[in-house]
Amino acid sequence: MHARTEAASDTASDNPNSWPDDIFDILRRFDVRQVPYVPDAGHSQLIERVLGASSMRGIPLTTEEEGVALLAGAWAGGQRGVLLMQSSGVGNCINMLSLTQIFRFPFLTLVTMRGEWGEFNPWQVPMGSSTAAVFELSGIKVLRASHPPEVREVVEAGAGQAYNACTPTAVLLSQRLIGAKVFTK
Amino acid sequence: MSKANLLDRRKVVSSLLAERKDTIVVSGLGASTYDIAAAGDHDRNLYLWGAMGGAVMIGLGLALAQPKLPVVVITGDGEMLMGMGSLATVGLQKPKNLSVVVLDNEVYGETGGQASHTAGNVDLVGVARACGIEDVRALATMDEIGAFARRMHDLESGPRFANVKVDDANLERVLSSRDGTFIVNRIRGALGHSPM
Repeated sequence: MHARTEAASDTASDNPNSWPDDIFDILRRFDVRQVPYVPDAGHSQLIERVLGASSMRGIPLTTEEEGVALLAGAWAGGQRGVLLMQSSGVGNCINMLSLTQIFRFPFLTLVTMRGEWGEFNPWQVPMGSSTAAVFELSGIKVLRASHPPEVREVVEAGAGQAYNACTPTAVLLSQRLIGAKVFTK
Repeated sequence: MSKANLLDRRKVVSSLLAERKDTIVVSGLGASTYDIAAAGDHDRNLYLWGAMGGAVMIGLGLALAQPKLPVVVITGDGEMLMGMGSLATVGLQKPKNLSVVVLDNEVYGETGGQASHTAGNVDLVGVARACGIEDVRALATMDEIGAFARRMHDLESGPRFANVKVDDANLERVLSSRDGTFIVNRIRGALGHSPM
């Protein structure tokens, strides 16, 4: 995995890099127990927090659709979960997203965006450009956070509508938020 | 093995579930869902009518959420092939209460009997072993099925994987409920959880 540049610091916040901790606190407050993920540099800080938490189980996947099915099973068994992935993984999930409508379970996914805002790698652009539309066509509500200070309220709203109203929700974390990946110095 | 020696999938599933007690059962899309329904409807049955490739992962989510209950996934070779990566994920998580049984008839029976990869180059027992699942076996007799059914209740020695070569007869469809919300909330209710 490659590191990203520091998150944008032109926005008002005490610490612009603390938004992953904000997300972790929200997940803990909503009693999220299973956290399947395909790694992304933008999620690395949150994944570390999850793997270090006794109340959560971080579950690495071989492909993102596994996570949708896992969360359906977790719900059947009485636990909440959240799927962490990057935008290129969303296309891998499409058929499995049927489960969110079939089971009407509280599906929440947090998606780090690629293929936008200063992207270097053109191969990320097609899927990044269709990520929101793919979710919407699949019946998933889409929210987006682009600046560090808004992450908390956007993720809180997403978790609230997913877990309280069984409204399947994807929160897109903009590339502007996490910083474009740097390939050359 | 000659075709004549292959097991009958309905007898295999009936034997696996005869003494199921508190076991949660997930069935993969296709004939496996009819087999589980034929063995008797149950409020701890999670029937899949779609989501091909997802059965093992749904079983894993259940097994991790309910570590004190046996969870068994019963699916077909085509469904298992589509979700082969999930065996790698199970091998990493090692849920002790999860069993996976593949009813391997080497064909896509729902779609006209086209050959699956298990008819040719793929040995799913070898795949499961290579994914880090230690208790893996090919079951070829009803005695072995019976022994495996007892082991499914051992919550300390999983995960386990069994491949059962079954004949490719297309049996009468026994239809379970297709209402996913009903099915999942029935299981949640049986486990003491409310619908939402």
